[in-house]
Amino acid sequence: MHARRGRAGRPRRTRALVALTLLASALAACGGDEDTSRPTLDWYNFPDDSGALQQAADRCSRASGGRYRISYHKLPRAADGQRQQLVRRLAAEDDSLDILGLDVTWAAEFAEARWIREWTGETKRRATEGTLRVPLQTATWKGKLYAVPYNTNIQLLWYREDLVPTPPKTWSEMLNMSRELARRGEPHYVEIQGAQYEGLTVWFNSLVNSAGGAILNPSATEPSLGPPAVRAASIMRDLADSPAADPSLPNQMEDQNRLAMESGVAAFELNYPFVYPSMRSNNPRLFKEFRWAPYPRVDADRPSRPTVGGIDLAVSAYSRHPGLAFEAALCLRDRENQLTAALEGGLPPTLRALYDDPAFMKQYPFSKEVLSSLERASVRPLTPAYQNVSIAVSHALSPPSRIEPESAVDTIREQIDQALRSEGVIP
Amino acid sequence: MSTMAEPTKDEAKGGKPLSAGARQERRLGWLLCAPAVLVMVAVTAYPIGYAVYLSLQRYDLRFPARAEFVGLSNYGAVLSSPFWWDAFWVTVFLTAVSVAIELVLGMGLALVMHRTLFARGTVRTAVLVPYGIVTVVAAFSWQYAWTPELGYLAELLPSGDAPLTEQWPALWLIVLAEVWKTTPFMALLLLAGLALVPEETLKAAMVDGATPWQRFTKVMLPLMKPAILVALLFRTLDAFRIFDNIYVLTSGAHGTGSLSILGYDNLFTALNLGIGSAISVLIFLCVGIIAFTFVKLFGAAAPGAEVKR
Repeated sequence: MHARRGRAGRPRRTRALVALTLLASALAACGGDEDTSRPTLDWYNFPDDSGALQQAADRCSRASGGRYRISYHKLPRAADGQRQQLVRRLAAEDDSLDILGLDVTWAAEFAEARWIREWTGETKRRATEGTLRVPLQTATWKGKLYAVPYNTNIQLLWYREDLVPTPPKTWSEMLNMSRELARRGEPHYVEIQGAQYEGLTVWFNSLVNSAGGAILNPSATEPSLGPPAVRAASIMRDLADSPAADPSLPNQMEDQNRLAMESGVAAFELNYPFVYPSMRSNNPRLFKEFRWAPYPRVDADRPSRPTVGGIDLAVSAYSRHPGLAFEAALCLRDRENQLTAALEGGLPPTLRALYDDPAFMKQYPFSKEVLSSLERASVRPLTPAYQNVSIAVSHALSPPSRIEPESAVDTIREQIDQALRSEGVIP
Repeated sequence: MSTMAEPTKDEAKGGKPLSAGARQERRLGWLLCAPAVLVMVAVTAYPIGYAVYLSLQRYDLRFPARAEFVGLSNYGAVLSSPFWWDAFWVTVFLTAVSVAIELVLGMGLALVMHRTLFARGTVRTAVLVPYGIVTVVAAFSWQYAWTPELGYLAELLPSGDAPLTEQWPALWLIVLAEVWKTTPFMALLLLAGLALVPEETLKAAMVDGATPWQRFTKVMLPLMKPAILVALLFRTLDAFRIFDNIYVLTSGAHGTGSLSILGYDNLFTALNLGIGSAISVLIFLCVGIIAFTFVKLFGAAAPGAEVKR
């Protein structure tokens, strides 16, 4: 936009040097691609700092017996940035992407745009065998499988046993406990994601599903919402209006929640299991009181249905080696690599059998809770227009303290209607 | 960039009959700039035309099969959307406030640069430093500075304050970042205008007993008017398309999104080429209207044209 700025004349020699460097790297890149005897499969996935993903790539390259080499490329850290890079390149039919790490909400969109290949026959059988049902649902669009679940994720209720002897079963119980703690002058906040972003949509989705409803109808053609959605919006507003709300609730994302809990100002936290090892290393004193429980219910007699997260692996429609890419994707998420990712990267696996693995259970003392939550978990609306749906939801519910349940749900319905028809402007 | 305050040698003034030599010179001129014109047409006219074409389609990258011609309905959808108008007023606010502040500060800086007697080079360089820093880099340093628990500026505020997460504080911080960044540009353009003020005129005014303020308002400003208008035109056009500072500082959350951010989100996040292109074309029209207003109503000289004194 401001290309005019800062383009002062660079000395000629530097320019020549830059040109040479670019040329050299371009040549090097060509050299790599021409090694057709052993094709390189380019795997684009979220940036992993633990080294687990690079290990998996190396292990699978070795295990292929020289048939392929996997090169792991890190996508940007934010999910929006990841999606934008993938979408931009796929829309331009870039053939240098083979295996794509998709957020669980993207499979429908990429499948509908015909950017990723369907999994069929033997590869489909191997992808689904022993895989948890709900994560598989996120990789399925119109009854066809378009990706294989790599890792999954789910929120639990984390609480401090010194303040809360028995964990609350429902949202209203939790708010009452928090009020009681506030009255006694004890730490009492409920840490939850209240910023205007995807996390707020996840909160809403978990509540709507726990109340027995859904955001979209099963065929994803129109909004469902209804009384469960109004119920969900009221719970969010009630929390934001009560002493349970952290003053920075309207700006909080997962990491701010984790930090607040670790600093000792909160009694409850709704978050993913990464908070557990973090608490162990950052605040060993509070770690002794740090406990977990299932996600709170909306109605006492109906199990809660927290929203599933995670990554699915898909094969690009423009890959030059689709056969090898399917095989490599299956290798990257095999039992051994998922175990490494779980132990080193803290990512809950999608293979059912790993939840009985002693090494995993030792590292994840809450593995039973994670598994049972996953088995009844809800998925975010499966639709190619998910981005618009999510933006409409988080926009209408932000800030949570100003939600007017009935009208907020009406706004969401109207905007989802438009989004499903590719009409209307998104904020 | 050539500042157009100086009268150029272009003879192109319609009406006057041209001599044979002048006509030939003019033809040569056209021949010489033909390659540049062709390149400009290829790199600007084609994308603009394509954007207009896309804006008349229902075209969502995710549903390529559903693309169809829909006439002006994308424009209807955009102009009837509250998001467009929110972004429009945010953009107008940012443009008006930041350009006004920049004009005042820029004029001050230009006078300082013009009048400095010692270390003239150093002063001019120092003033230009913010302008030399890449906008995104500067925006990131502002962002960190205002982030609670990270930044030195956030520490000056009462604890718990996160100014970038509330609409008005965030908008003022965006204005601050813009002003810090582009005041030097304004100052440069105004400095060129100051060079137009003849020293003798000022001395004559002084002899007549004019105070410094009178010399500034009665002599300098009228003589500088063309330069000021051009500076304002340039900055207004630039400011109206503000994107990078907002993208880095707030990414348009909390009601701080400008029109460019709205267009970007609809194109790159929603992948809605039809709606996104309609927004782009409307921004283009707004910019056109601003330029037209400046040139026709205030008599700003179009870049390259001769200045009417």
